Amino acid sequence: MFSWDLLANAVVAGLLLGGFYAAVSLGISLIFGLLDIANIAQPAFVILGAYATYVTNTAYGLDPILAGVLFTPLFYLVGAGVYRIYYGAFERRGDEALRGLVFFFGVLFIIEVSLSMKFGVDYRLVQAPYIGKSIDLGGGVGIAYRYLVPCVVGVAMTLVLYLFLGRTFYGRAIMAVSQDQLALRLMGANPVQIKTIAFGIGIAAASLAGALLISIAPVIPSTDRDYIGRMFAITVLGGMGSIGGTLLAAVILGVIESLMSTFFGPSWSLAVSFGILLAALAVRPAGLFGR
Amino acid sequence: MTRTRALIATVAATLVLIAAVALAPVARAADPIKVGFGMALTGGLSANGKPALLAVQIWKDDVNKKGGLLGRPVELVFYDDQTNPATVPGIYTKLLDVDKVDLVISGYGTNLIAPLMPIAMERKLTIMGMFGLANNEKYQYPNYFQIQPAGPDPQTSTAIGFFELAARQTPKPQTVALVGADAEYPQNAMVGARELIKKFGFKTVYDKNYPPSTVDYTPIVRAIKATNADIVFVASYPPDSVGMLRAALEVGLSPKIFGGGMVGLQFTSVMQSMGPALNGIVNYDFWAPEPTMLAMSGIKEFLKEYQGRAEKAGVDPLGYYLPPYSYALVQILGQAVEASKSLDQQKIADYIRAHEFSTIVGKVKFGKNGEWAKGRTLMVQYQKIQGTGIEQFRGPGKKIVLYPDDLKSGNIIYPYSAALK
Repeated sequence: MFSWDLLANAVVAGLLLGGFYAAVSLGISLIFGLLDIANIAQPAFVILGAYATYVTNTAYGLDPILAGVLFTPLFYLVGAGVYRIYYGAFERRGDEALRGLVFFFGVLFIIEVSLSMKFGVDYRLVQAPYIGKSIDLGGGVGIAYRYLVPCVVGVAMTLVLYLFLGRTFYGRAIMAVSQDQLALRLMGANPVQIKTIAFGIGIAAASLAGALLISIAPVIPSTDRDYIGRMFAITVLGGMGSIGGTLLAAVILGVIESLMSTFFGPSWSLAVSFGILLAALAVRPAGLFGR
Repeated sequence: MTRTRALIATVAATLVLIAAVALAPVARAADPIKVGFGMALTGGLSANGKPALLAVQIWKDDVNKKGGLLGRPVELVFYDDQTNPATVPGIYTKLLDVDKVDLVISGYGTNLIAPLMPIAMERKLTIMGMFGLANNEKYQYPNYFQIQPAGPDPQTSTAIGFFELAARQTPKPQTVALVGADAEYPQNAMVGARELIKKFGFKTVYDKNYPPSTVDYTPIVRAIKATNADIVFVASYPPDSVGMLRAALEVGLSPKIFGGGMVGLQFTSVMQSMGPALNGIVNYDFWAPEPTMLAMSGIKEFLKEYQGRAEKAGVDPLGYYLPPYSYALVQILGQAVEASKSLDQQKIADYIRAHEFSTIVGKVKFGKNGEWAKGRTLMVQYQKIQGTGIEQFRGPGKKIVLYPDDLKSGNIIYPYSAALK
């Protein structure tokens, strides 16, 4: 069944999917990769972002991406608040390893159940002029806008975060806090404040990722469970805390999934993707761009 | 003194006797009959589990308004199974041993019924199954009764109408692409579809499965498009149904007949969101607001009550897929209790096995393996849907019943591309 246009389409679809995976994984890359906080509630925040988008899209007809952007300040504040609670209750006392994990499990379930109570458990979708349409690139290769928009936004998010971490004071402070908190304190910066900012940014990224997710596929409150594995896998494969690595790992996962779906049967796609992840980690335990 | 002691002893013995009689676990007229079940109120199947619960609650209220069962009120005892089969044994053990329920029904769906079967068999329960596909094929447990109108051959029931309709078209389509999720229902439906493809003499050109957590369906649809199949049969769960349909429109997949076993397109929220994208899809269903279905006794009253309570309950506002059957399931159980004048599990099962029941989904008679004696899975086609307004889905004309012939309410638009115009 091989044909060149099928191959080209599979690669293009995989690249687009990778861009979306990167958007979904950036928050966890920041929080888990850089801050070493095992925030397993991150996918639930993504779904919360998806529902926030759904509400504004259905009530006011607001574009899903715009809605996702508008909610980022609110999500930032929520993220900062959650980190403060986590810090006060666990991290400060050195209890973060296991009890912190349980805390985030709790947050995940609280978000999931709250969404179920408020919105019920029907599948929710959004409307936008570009959803359901595609462009023909010629040569039998086509791109669905539903994937193109999330990919572009995902790459843009990666770039912004990359520049923020490398070029700004707070960005550098976040990089520093992940390496040596004592040194940071000696430089006159407060590690807790820096971590609060980083955690807030990670949760703000979830708002936008949720908007992208609901543009692609319908969501219910428990959709987060489909993404937990992928998000952590991408973060680890990219190298803990490496923003560029997250994008590359996401693209690798997307392209492999897409190629497997097209040529060898979709049931192999996830198994092969994760098989390659394991193989890559065997060769480079720190991930592609790990320190 | 001796006399006084004897008197005290007599009074004490009498009091003990009275207390013993009063405290004995004998059901009194005011004691409720407890109906117990687990239900998917959270998790993947909760979009159907919650409406099913509402339907059962409406039945309870209806029955209690008429004086209950055997002169006793009905009470429901239920727990959230979280769409997790691992919770089912614990839930039913608690229902039977702690809550002491009198009757049990299953939760919603094949995967949640499967772990209940061994418990039901061990305790010799009459068990009413809510939308399970082929759960009793292996066990052949005589006291199991299942309400999904799949009929005696559940594996082919989803697809039979689809392939029979395809075979009736002129010129007859020749090639088939099959695709389904790696999960129990889609795999059962795929097995049935393969059998029917042989029966009707079609040729398979694509036959693949995909993992349920797939995000992008475009590569799958492109691979199917490359085969140029006349018929595309899809066995999918709600997120994949939406993903597959959107990808088909984006890629320009245009077989002659498309659909089959797509779960989720029946849900109001999905119908509203997908709107005209549904046009032309020929898909299985169990109920549609067509004149042939609305003629059934009691259905209009039930839907009025359901739709009145749906918003508050946060469930599917129309309730055309599962709720009528959930209501019918407990209707049958209630009728059997009344008619056999007993809560004895065996007597109830014997009665259900031997009789035909009048329900809001029509006449129901159980046959082999506790399935409907004669299958009645509908094949409907979405036609002339405009925009995404919910009102258009309330009445007839948008979801035309094509199969079976005795419930047919209109004609197929063929090929698929003609319905998209």
